[in-house]
Amino acid sequence: MTQQSILLDGLPVPFEEGQTIMDAAMAAEIFIPHLCHHPEFKPQGSCKLCTVKASGRYVSACTMPARDGMEVENNSPDLNDKRRTMLQMLFVEGNHFCPSCEKSGNCMLQALAYELEMLSPHFNQFYPNRPLDASHPQVLLDFNRCILCELCVRASRDVDGKHVFSLSGRGITKHLIVNAESGRLADTDFSLTDKAAHVCPVGVILEKRKGFAVPIGQRRYDVDPIGMQVERLAHRTTTEEEI
Amino acid sequence: MTDECVGAERLGELLQPIIDGHGGDPGMLVQILREAQEALGYLPAAALTAIARAVGLPRARVEGVAGFYSFLHLQPVGRYRVLFSDNITDHMLGSVELMDRLCNRLWIERGKVSEDGLVSVDTTSCTGLCDQGPALLVNGRAMTRMSAERIDRISEMIRAELPLDDWPREYFRIEDNIRRRDALLNTCWPAGEALRAALARGPEAMLAEMRTSNLRGRGGAGFTTYIKWESARRAPCRGEPPERYIVCNADEGEPGTFKDRVLLSSYTDLLFDGMSVAGFTIGATRGLLYLRGEYAYLLPALRENLARRRRDGLLGTALCGQDGVCFDIEIHVGAGAYVCGEESALLESLEGKRGVPRIRPPFPVTVGYRGQPTVVNNVETLCKAALIAVNGGAWFAGLGTKQSTGTKLLSISGDVEMPGIYDYPFGVSVAQVLNECGAGNAQAVQISGPSGTCLGMHEFSRHVAFEDVPTAGAFMVFGAHRDMFEVARNFAHFFAHESCGFCTPCRVGTSLVANCMDKIADGHGSQYDINEIFKIHRLLHVASHCGLGQSACNPLFDTLNKFRPAYERRLRSLDFEPAFDLDQALAAARQMTGRDDPAAHFGLAARVPGVTT
Amino acid sequence: MEAVVQNRKLRLATTSLAGCFGCHMAFLDIDERLLDLVERVDFDRSPLTDIKQCGACDIGLIEGGICNAENIHVLQEFRRQCKVLIAIGACAVNGGLPAQRNHLSLGQCLQEVYLTWPGIVSGQIPNDPELPLPLDKVHPIHEIVRIDYFIPGCPPSGDAIWKFLTDLLDGRTPRLGHPLLHFD
Repeated sequence: MTQQSILLDGLPVPFEEGQTIMDAAMAAEIFIPHLCHHPEFKPQGSCKLCTVKASGRYVSACTMPARDGMEVENNSPDLNDKRRTMLQMLFVEGNHFCPSCEKSGNCMLQALAYELEMLSPHFNQFYPNRPLDASHPQVLLDFNRCILCELCVRASRDVDGKHVFSLSGRGITKHLIVNAESGRLADTDFSLTDKAAHVCPVGVILEKRKGFAVPIGQRRYDVDPIGMQVERLAHRTTTEEEI
Repeated sequence: MTDECVGAERLGELLQPIIDGHGGDPGMLVQILREAQEALGYLPAAALTAIARAVGLPRARVEGVAGFYSFLHLQPVGRYRVLFSDNITDHMLGSVELMDRLCNRLWIERGKVSEDGLVSVDTTSCTGLCDQGPALLVNGRAMTRMSAERIDRISEMIRAELPLDDWPREYFRIEDNIRRRDALLNTCWPAGEALRAALARGPEAMLAEMRTSNLRGRGGAGFTTYIKWESARRAPCRGEPPERYIVCNADEGEPGTFKDRVLLSSYTDLLFDGMSVAGFTIGATRGLLYLRGEYAYLLPALRENLARRRRDGLLGTALCGQDGVCFDIEIHVGAGAYVCGEESALLESLEGKRGVPRIRPPFPVTVGYRGQPTVVNNVETLCKAALIAVNGGAWFAGLGTKQSTGTKLLSISGDVEMPGIYDYPFGVSVAQVLNECGAGNAQAVQISGPSGTCLGMHEFSRHVAFEDVPTAGAFMVFGAHRDMFEVARNFAHFFAHESCGFCTPCRVGTSLVANCMDKIADGHGSQYDINEIFKIHRLLHVASHCGLGQSACNPLFDTLNKFRPAYERRLRSLDFEPAFDLDQALAAARQMTGRDDPAAHFGLAARVPGVTT
Repeated sequence: MEAVVQNRKLRLATTSLAGCFGCHMAFLDIDERLLDLVERVDFDRSPLTDIKQCGACDIGLIEGGICNAENIHVLQEFRRQCKVLIAIGACAVNGGLPAQRNHLSLGQCLQEVYLTWPGIVSGQIPNDPELPLPLDKVHPIHEIVRIDYFIPGCPPSGDAIWKFLTDLLDGRTPRLGHPLLHFD
């Protein structure tokens, strides 16, 4: 049988049966912006940053199965403009103050904003009130930065088998909760060794007493822009993710 | 009832029978939570823990589900919980003023529980009583035709703590308001007529009739019903035990739609016949009716009907005496989430989860309820299938137009003399409908609800059909004196309230446009804000996960194109205006400092000579 | 016509609202390039000139967000006077550090600081009309007036500011790529 391929921005990109557009692109080291996708977990398709145009329709690259001969538009002004707008939506929805965030320089949201030249949040800030949870001895939860990607939900449920995290509410009031009647992380069975502790793409789940360990200039996305790190992103595992 | 009122022991006593009633099945979580709330008044944290333990789910999952639905409460609510239907048609009948009146009479603030825990008053999305509004729900029971007089009486009854059963029956009366009968509404067959006809035809022949009929889904999308049935019939059952399902979508949440309410009330047997016919044809033995929470008051009559059908051999094993033909129907009740009208979100809700639309493919016909092949059909679609079983596909195809066969129920409300249900062959012109329902001075019609199309006067010659103006049935008429900006603003808030929050563009975008509309309404808007609405529309239309987000800005887009002056006359400038009221932003500081000098104000300061601005 | 545009010296104004002057310090980090800059621009209102009122300008640089009534007056003055208005730094762009008070009620803040803080005896919330009143929330400047360009960073580096300004002066749409574009 001949090799099946999609046409990604005019370039033939091979894929195996069952792979999504995202899988095929990552394997070919072509960057499609994404936040809620992680190669170790079941695709979710909620952040919509990976929106591409396949056969004329806008779809999520991380959930859309690749089909032989499918023409996919990825790196175009139209799509990057839409992605930038969605990033701006994520920025105003939460409280993202990069200068005081431990994850700055290693944060995917921030790195994508650089990649897509997002210079301002554009929209009006929501400034939601989202108190911290500092109850756990090892880990701090700063909900201000949550982008609702559900990676921690998936990691805890599917890998750790603990169900520490879940989402509640809906619409703009949707929010992350933990598995305890008190609502406190300390009252769950969460541990620093959990996969879920190492999967947050932004600065919500943070190891205590370890912030700002890497000097500015040497952090992950100081070194290379995220668009140049596809190979690492494609093969990343949660164990190598630093907090 | 509060946490302190219910001790752990008493909590267990109250919850155990509910959980046992559902066999401790985590898939029945939404039903369990609904019933637990009925017993407890609301869902205290300890109850969620107890339910989670009893059904074997993580507590956070249970809290996540409870937090999703509007009618499930994690905080105490009033012993009398009054919810005014917030559709624009209710507004047009005076609901906003009536709610203020009730709040004033009861000395309470909207959305807050009175200090004695007696009462709370708030709004809820359209309750499907637009033809007899203003409507409200009190403790889940629907009340119609509210007036100042009724509101005053209600406030007295609440203060006197009169049980709902002793309130005037008249207040709870719900009319069918059938105004025009055609192929569907003319039927008055005995129960089982359509089922017997289908059994006589056999599944293959029944499917062939469905194909001939070219029946398309009545929920709005217009997908060919035959293809759904055929696909589900062919799809392999993956689960243990192998099963297929017929799901009736009675989550009639589109504002302005109420035809299913009438079918569920007065054509119950036709609907259950239709479900049974579908089950027999695709080889399903179980049917599920997903009834929107707002229609929970229909539950006793529906259950009674199911019991009668079981007694009469129209449900259960050996349908109509035929050995090996089994079908039964159970009813699930929703809990206030418009998005559950989307078929895959509905399946999630049926499985006891948050009503978030699934990733498709796979489609429900192959992987549906509990992973099994499932047909999800609208109430009206299933009633039409029953007609086809009796009269045949060719008869049905002879009605309506070539691409839109049969008749369509329209739910007509707004500025018309005779609001109610109209059965028309597809292809009828908007003008004819307007003429026959007594819409004298219409300037606009919102067809198929907020997610549909807003037609202006110049488009009234268009036709109701999938090939021209498709519709799920809502037909809201706006007279020349109505403000189409306020119509669109109402719809913008509806979508912001109902967005499930799964995908970024819809979750944030629907709130951003609702805020934009409020800013314009408050007289602080500019052309910039209008451009923002267009920009957000372009994004949501293509990048949202499901139809809710994709259509959320439609009413704004339509009214901006067709009723632009309604927006423009509210604008303060054509350039740019601040995001918030500058003077209001100083109010807190004025209060704390006791200052009221010109420099303590914006706007005022500009008018005082000698003060630099 | 082209020559006229190129030869005229542009007027530049700068100010700091609810900011820490860190962006102005970063501006000075362009070091000796400041000498090149003054060949091409004249400074209007700015901490560098001590001019108190902004005159008609080509470019306005605003550091800091909006936390009180005076900030709004100054920002509006800049918008009226400057053809091109630039938000510089994290506070101007999204409220920054001062905006982290936004989840607190202003009334409670004032009460705590001036009335109930331990050690305060017969405290009083300042109410002199000379003092600008604080807003209930801190806002980024693009929520008050139209902003033409943004230079994020806390602060943006001297190199980023230089790249941005020279792009602007030379007639190029300013672009900040890796590593000049950063939010911290």
